[in-house]
This record gives sequence, C-alpha cells and structure tokens, in this order.
Amino acid sequence: MTKYIDQGKQDTRSGFGAGMTELGRTNPNVVALCADLVGSLKIQTFIDENPERFFQVGIAEANMMGIAAGLTIGGKIPFTGTFANFSTGRVYDQIRQSIAYSDKNVKICASHAGITLGEDGATHQILEDIGLMKMLPGMTVINPCDFNQTKAATLAIAEHHGPVYLRFGRPKVANFTPVDQKFEIGKALLLNEGTDVTIIATGHLVWQSLIAAENLENQGISAEVINIHTIKPLDDKAILDSVKKTGCVVTAEEHNFLGGLGESVSRVLASHHPTPQEFVATQDTFGESGTPDQLMDKYGLNNKAIESAVLKVLKRK
Amino acid sequence: MGKVFYKLISSYLFSPTNAVTFDTIKNHTMANTQEQQDIVVQVRRDILRMVHKVNSGHPGGSLGCTEFFVALYHEIMDIKNGFDMDGKNEDLFFLSNGHISPVFYSVLARKGYFPVEELNTFRLINSRLQGHPTTHEGLPGGRVASGSLGQGMSVAIGAALAKKLNGDNHLVFSLHGDGELQEGQNWEAIMYAAGNNVDNLIATIDLNGQQIDGATKDVLPLGDVAEKFRVFGWDVLEIDNGNDLTQVITGLTEAKGRTGKGKPVCIVMTTMMGNGVDFMMHTHAWHGKAPSDEQLETALAQNPETLGDY
Repeated sequence: MTKYIDQGKQDTRSGFGAGMTELGRTNPNVVALCADLVGSLKIQTFIDENPERFFQVGIAEANMMGIAAGLTIGGKIPFTGTFANFSTGRVYDQIRQSIAYSDKNVKICASHAGITLGEDGATHQILEDIGLMKMLPGMTVINPCDFNQTKAATLAIAEHHGPVYLRFGRPKVANFTPVDQKFEIGKALLLNEGTDVTIIATGHLVWQSLIAAENLENQGISAEVINIHTIKPLDDKAILDSVKKTGCVVTAEEHNFLGGLGESVSRVLASHHPTPQEFVATQDTFGESGTPDQLMDKYGLNNKAIESAVLKVLKRK
Repeated sequence: MGKVFYKLISSYLFSPTNAVTFDTIKNHTMANTQEQQDIVVQVRRDILRMVHKVNSGHPGGSLGCTEFFVALYHEIMDIKNGFDMDGKNEDLFFLSNGHISPVFYSVLARKGYFPVEELNTFRLINSRLQGHPTTHEGLPGGRVASGSLGQGMSVAIGAALAKKLNGDNHLVFSLHGDGELQEGQNWEAIMYAAGNNVDNLIATIDLNGQQIDGATKDVLPLGDVAEKFRVFGWDVLEIDNGNDLTQVITGLTEAKGRTGKGKPVCIVMTTMMGNGVDFMMHTHAWHGKAPSDEQLETALAQNPETLGDY
C-alpha cells in the first residue's frame, strides 16, 4: 500500500484562496467576483493585493454570473465565488445561456459543496451540483480532494480556456497531495495499485478511500484507488484500464448517486466494459444539520461505507 | 442584386462615424436622414420576409426597434472594421431581448458583418441565424446568447467593467424590452450599475407597453419605468417617439454626452410595436407571429424596396 502523509488538516476552500492569491500576483487578466461571501471563500488576500480586480456584487448571484460573462469580453478571466448551492442551482439558466452556450471563459468556483457544510443544513448543502454542471455542454467539472490539489486546480483552470465548475468544501481535511504536483485537467491519478477492486473517488472521499484501502489490505483485499478530480471530461482510459484488471468498482463521492461521478463511471463501463459497481453517495435525499463527521457517517460517506461497498461488490464479481 | 448592395453597405461600414456632439448631429442628420431612412425601410422588409419565410419569429418588437438599431449602427456607435469577440477600442452593443433577432440580424447584415443573403437562412437548420442570437455558431456581430430574458444588462455591465479595466474609453450599449423588466435579475443589475458608477453604459428600455399575453399594464404593471431607474441612481432620459429616427439619434447622442459622469445612463424609449405596418400596430398580436402570404404582400407594399431585397 502506497503511504500518504497528511501534511496537516486544511480546508479545500483555503486551497482555492491560496490559488487566487498566486493568480493575483502572476496573471493580470484574472479578476474575482463574490456575492457577499468573501470570508467563506478565503479570497481576502487577493482583494487586498488587487482591489481594482475584485467585484463585490452583493447578494445577487444571477447578476454576478452575467457580469462575469461580460468581463470575458475584453479578455478578463473571471472567477466567481459563492457557496456551491448558489453557484449552480440558483443561477442555472444564467450559467446555461450567458456562460456555457455563449462559450465564455468563466470559472465558477463553489465552496461549501456537499453535506460537510454541516450545521447550516439542507438549504445550503447541495448534493446535486455535479449533475447540474456536467450536463451543460462544454462545461468542465472539477472536484479536487485536498488543500494542495485545490490550489493547483485553481492555477490550472486559469490556463484553460472555457467555462469551468470548480467544487470544494468547508471542513478541514487531510492534506496529502504533494505540494508541487501539477494539476492536469481530465487526467485521473492512480493513488494505489491493487488487483481485487477499483475504488474511484472524488473530493473529500479520496482520503476516505485511502483509509479504506489500508483497512482492506489488512483483510487481504488489494484495492486500487483512483482520484478522479475531473468529472468532466472524464478519464475513461484510466477507469477502463483499472477495471479490466480488477473486475469490479466502487465509486465514492459527496453527492447524490443520481447525476454524480458514479453515474459518469457507469456510462463508461456500460459502453465499453460492463462491470459490477457499487455507489458510495447520498441516496436521492436532502441533507440535514449536524457536524461534518456525523453527517458523513449518517449518510454513508466515509471509509467504513467504502469498505462495506467493496465487500458487497466483490461478491458480485 | 443582393451582392451589389452587400458591397455598397460594406463600404458604408468603413466610413468614419462622426456623431460626437449634439450640434454635429443636427447638421449631420440633414445630410444623412434620407439614407438612413432608406435603411430603416429596407430593414423592415427584411424582418417581414425573414419571419414570413419560416412562419415564425418576432416581427412586432423588431419593427418597433428598427429606427433604434439603424441609429445605433449607422450613426451612434464607434465600431471597428471587422469583428472580434473582445471588442477592444470600439463601442459594444448587447441585445437582451433576444427574440427581436430579425431586426438585429438585418441591421448587422446591412452593416456588413455578414452577407445579406444569409438572412435567407433565418431559423433554418444548420444556420448561423438561430431563432434567438447566439455566439455558438460563429455569427459575427453578436457577443452573447440572449433570449432567456433578463440577463443582458448584467453582461453589458461586465463588458463595461472590462473596458474600464482595459483603459478603453468606448461605451457599452444595451437594449431591453419593457416586459423583460419583470425578470428580477434586471433589478440586481440596475442596483449594481448605479452603486458602482458604471458610467460607460447606456441601457435603453423599449417601452412598447406590450408582451406576449397582452399589454404590460394588464399582465404585470411596470409602473413608472423612468422614475424607477432614477430612484435606483441612474441618469435617465426619455425618447417620446422611438420610431422617429431623428429623435432616436438625438436621444442617443444626448445619452453619450451624459456618460463618464459617475452614473449609468438609461434611455426610456417609447415605441410602437409593429411600427411601419398598419395592421401590426396598436396590438400585441404580432409579438411572435408571422404574416400570411397576403399579409406579407400588404406589409411590403407599405414599405417599398429601397436598398434591394436580399
């Protein structure tokens, strides 16, 4: 089992903030917009250093998406910032028409995604955003796993021309991606080689998958772990190469099983290599208030749930 | 015939825009009024023929805004030769009420952005002239998709902010339907533009009092549109007759003079939906309906060919 060291727990949103700070210093075309959530998005340093390149739009997300689309006309690279819920469902048609269909180079950066937003409850915990965004033609969808990877992803999407949805979260989680690892959009990362089962995870569930793989190894089960940070475009080849070897798969994500990573993987497998699959995801439900750990446990989104899913899928091989 | 006129219009595109002051306009329009009025009539014919051919589209609002579009593209805006998406160092226009695409397409074509013959493809499969404007098919002249209402002002504000960041002193113009103001996003944008001194933006409201289901006063009353913009902090001027070309040019010129003074500028422009075709006026019936063969004949007879049909 490949060993990964937690360099110290940090929130992925702070990785985004760190990425924005660096972009502020290195890319004069990058501009930021925020809908009254500067503190939550961790972009104060960017604002302090580049006040003329920051637009506070107030509690008006629809307007923010339109202004971002307009800013691209003239060569700017706008990064919008608000919670995932208000970055997607609230402004779907604005994104669809003014950004996606209009081929605008807007980076929609969404914090507090998923159930780990915690105590605020279901009104703020979106579990449908990956589905909403991946259905838009031309939209790239990225869900990095830790602080370092979120920072690297933030830098990478500035170099990519086209609309991007970048999803990250609120809680402090293990930070294990090498600090200098370059982020390649659409390129899956093989974190651990195994032979019995493939665990394909995204976002906060990647670290949980590594814990699960270690526990499974102690039970004599060899699990391959793949970090799919880019859900669209999906790295079909990495998935198929692994599954052809292991013969079964568990997908893991902090998202509804409808519309998420798991369904994207299923589509690839159904078309090219039908394979037994289990889904670690929320089961078509809203969330609720609670601590992130309590919620991940209750809704089956942790290493224990992944281990159970592996044992289940192995029986179906 | 069409090719000849395309060349003629192309050469017109590259002539310098000289409308800079109110006084210049008064003298200028004396010389150019007839030429521009000829374009207006030809654009009306284009609109009618486009929607008739595919038995769909929105002639009413298009006809109501014909003078505005001709004034904007043939008099008011400082536009570069050719088209690029970034539109640096030129004035920009955003059509928010995208359903009046017929007038937009006709004026763009007559201005030389693309061949007028292409108007023949409006709403047909594999066309760049989609029912509502898009950038997706690469049609020169448009910079954002519109049709789902209420989004254009936000986009125009973004483009205006980019101009400020780029040190580009050119202006951003936008057009919005009055019924469209029922969409809440407009009021977010109206509040933003005033609160952030977006004073290189001229947003025009087409006050024709009509929408699909009837008169705006019956569907959802808009109240005093000009006063609403004023209390939100805009500099507002009104054009009483948006179908009088001279009034439109004068109003737009006056609006240009009010930019750069800390406030976004709004023109509340009263128009007649269906203007120039007697049976299409004074009703909302032609908002989204094409004329029959006989109706087309009647409408065209009221607008004799000037520059040549496509």
